[in-house]
Amino acid sequence: MALLESRTDGPALVEDRFVRLADDAALPAEGAVLVSLVRFEKERAALLARKAPLGVWLASNQTPAAISNELDRLALVALDFPVFSDGRAFSSARLLRERYGYKGELRAIGDVLCEQLPFMLRSGFDTFEMKSPKALEEFRAVVGEVRVVYQPTGDGRATAIDRRLGRR
Amino acid sequence: MYHYDEYDHALVQDRVAQFRRQVERRLAGELTEDQFRPLRLMNGLYLQLHAYMLRIAIPYGTLDARQMRKLAYIARRYDKGYGHFTTRHNMQFNWPKLEETPDILAELASVEMHAIQTSGNCIRNVTSDQYAGAAEGEIEDPRIWCEIIRQWSTLHPEFSFLPRKFKIAVTGSEADRAAVKVHDIGLIMRRDGAGQAGFEVIVGGGLGRTPFIGKTIRPFLPKEDLLSYLEAILRVYNQLGRRDNKFKARIKVTVHETGAEEFTRLVEAEWLQIKDSALKLPKQEVDRIARHFEPPAFRVLSKTAPATEARIARDRDFAAWVRHNVAAHKVSGYAIANISLKPIGKPPGDATAEQMDVVADLADAFSFGEIRVTHAQNLVLPHVERDRLPELYDRLAAAGLAASNIGLISDIIACPGLDYCSLANARSIPIAERITERFADRDRLELIGEMQIKSSGCINACGHHHVGHIGILGVDRKGEEHYQVQIGGSASEDAALGRILGRGFSADEVVDVVEKIVDTYLAHRNAGETFIETYRRIGQDPFKERVYGAA
Ligand code: SF4
Repeated sequence: MALLESRTDGPALVEDRFVRLADDAALPAEGAVLVSLVRFEKERAALLARKAPLGVWLASNQTPAAISNELDRLALVALDFPVFSDGRAFSSARLLRERYGYKGELRAIGDVLCEQLPFMLRSGFDTFEMKSPKALEEFRAVVGEVRVVYQPTGDGRATAIDRRLGRR
Repeated sequence: MYHYDEYDHALVQDRVAQFRRQVERRLAGELTEDQFRPLRLMNGLYLQLHAYMLRIAIPYGTLDARQMRKLAYIARRYDKGYGHFTTRHNMQFNWPKLEETPDILAELASVEMHAIQTSGNCIRNVTSDQYAGAAEGEIEDPRIWCEIIRQWSTLHPEFSFLPRKFKIAVTGSEADRAAVKVHDIGLIMRRDGAGQAGFEVIVGGGLGRTPFIGKTIRPFLPKEDLLSYLEAILRVYNQLGRRDNKFKARIKVTVHETGAEEFTRLVEAEWLQIKDSALKLPKQEVDRIARHFEPPAFRVLSKTAPATEARIARDRDFAAWVRHNVAAHKVSGYAIANISLKPIGKPPGDATAEQMDVVADLADAFSFGEIRVTHAQNLVLPHVERDRLPELYDRLAAAGLAASNIGLISDIIACPGLDYCSLANARSIPIAERITERFADRDRLELIGEMQIKSSGCINACGHHHVGHIGILGVDRKGEEHYQVQIGGSASEDAALGRILGRGFSADEVVDVVEKIVDTYLAHRNAGETFIETYRRIGQDPFKERVYGAA
């Protein structure tokens, strides 16, 4: 498994500083952890009292409204794709960025299809858990393959309408 | 009609290049069929019973002569010399070679066409009224809004992996020729009290396993809010739609299970949040697109059409063609000419490359180069001078395109069925062919009058059997092709779902059953009554008795 980060100067393979904790695993004294929403809700106080960065992952049927008041305290939100065709996380990502103003790391986890990367970037994801050993190459191949976008999203890219009207 | 600007061109060309690389990787063995499948489906390439099938979008059913010639060329060069028009403004080629599909897409891109989103769980090709821009009493040309929707829905980052496919239809007239009430979203143009144009928004219609007529969730939506409102509906659906069972994943089930009222509340709440976002349509952009749909340079013509009237008086066949295939045009002296793709004994919706070329030539000669495709699998020349109809008719007849049966019993809608489709239980095309043969007699055809038979090879209902006056559905009975018959459906403003008559029939019986239903109608009808009116008056029992014998 590789973790890919989209940066302004291009994609990079990065080290995952978060440990993904199972719901019944003991909470380590130190280090960044990624927990489920269930665990976060149950152990909120203990988790927030730690000094290390905290991340919460949402299953595809959990809405980001559940954590919309906690986002200042989270260093990572991860959204799960149980299968690539379950596209609920695209909406969750946009809501997190565009509605709730989340600024931290937004990670796609689970069954991430490389052809989905352009859509994920447009929806607000910035890191990606990729199975393929050639993830970096794949990212470079697919992102930017289509030069025009029609929809305004939180990524701020100039849409066809913006360009037609000379707005940007 | 709309012409691509540099941005539209760039998108479609990039997409072709992308698909070419994907096909190369597949051919080189770098992608397995499993990995390739979602990619090819994003470009309308299906694997059918015998071969690949490529489905091409004809956005909102509008084509020009140049595009039609390109389809003819593709049929000849890359397929077996014909193509198939579907019920959703698509053209399907049934025999392309995988390695040639990128070339086909490149050919299409050169005439501003593509196959994007003709499959997969995304927003599909938006459909409309085939008489748009020509029909009387239109609030606005709905294609302006279709094109706006086409662009917004193309490669939408949030809505490309929906619970299920998603179909939008738009009409600008009161008369519904686009079956908007059986779409995931149906939009009907309306005027509010102040005379402003906008849309009635209907959600959750659909056919398939659990058919529903859509519910109006907003009686009037201002035009400039169209995209934010669509985005709100899609967002609610993307989050709420069922993903555990593909048969319950369409928005019609979401609306049904959530309740139309609660669903409406959720959409409205979401919409309030995004109503004044960047999705609000700038007037300049709407005007830019609208300019592409300005009427052609109609001539000032006299109301009378002496050549046409004279021919009607002496030529019975021509008179029948005018009666059934020609519709009123909003401009005096003009007419809308339908070209039936339902000749006797031929597969509904098929056209040969030669016929496509003829239609393209006729469009140039008679209709400002414009052609429409209809959801009933026919073609339309939208702007023909009424007094040139005899000339047009003769040229159509010479090409085998003058069948005079629009809206009549032999104007059957049929899906590809077991002849092509891997999901089919039964054949659909041969049944349709045999019905056209049985009702070939012109006098009888006329006597029966307006009648829609719709036939699907399986419950997916691509042939819209639920909304046929007579609907035929292929089912599997112990491994044999079997047919269920229903009656009383309608796809128009008075949309209704048909009811199943009773036990099903073998392929041999089904044409006789249709005939018995028709005979029952003829026996019971009051003067001037159509089949559907008679059915609504007398109910199902007389038909049942005739078909199954007295209980
Ligand atoms: S109705 Fe069934 S058989 Fe006919 S085309 Fe659709 S899926 Fe295939």
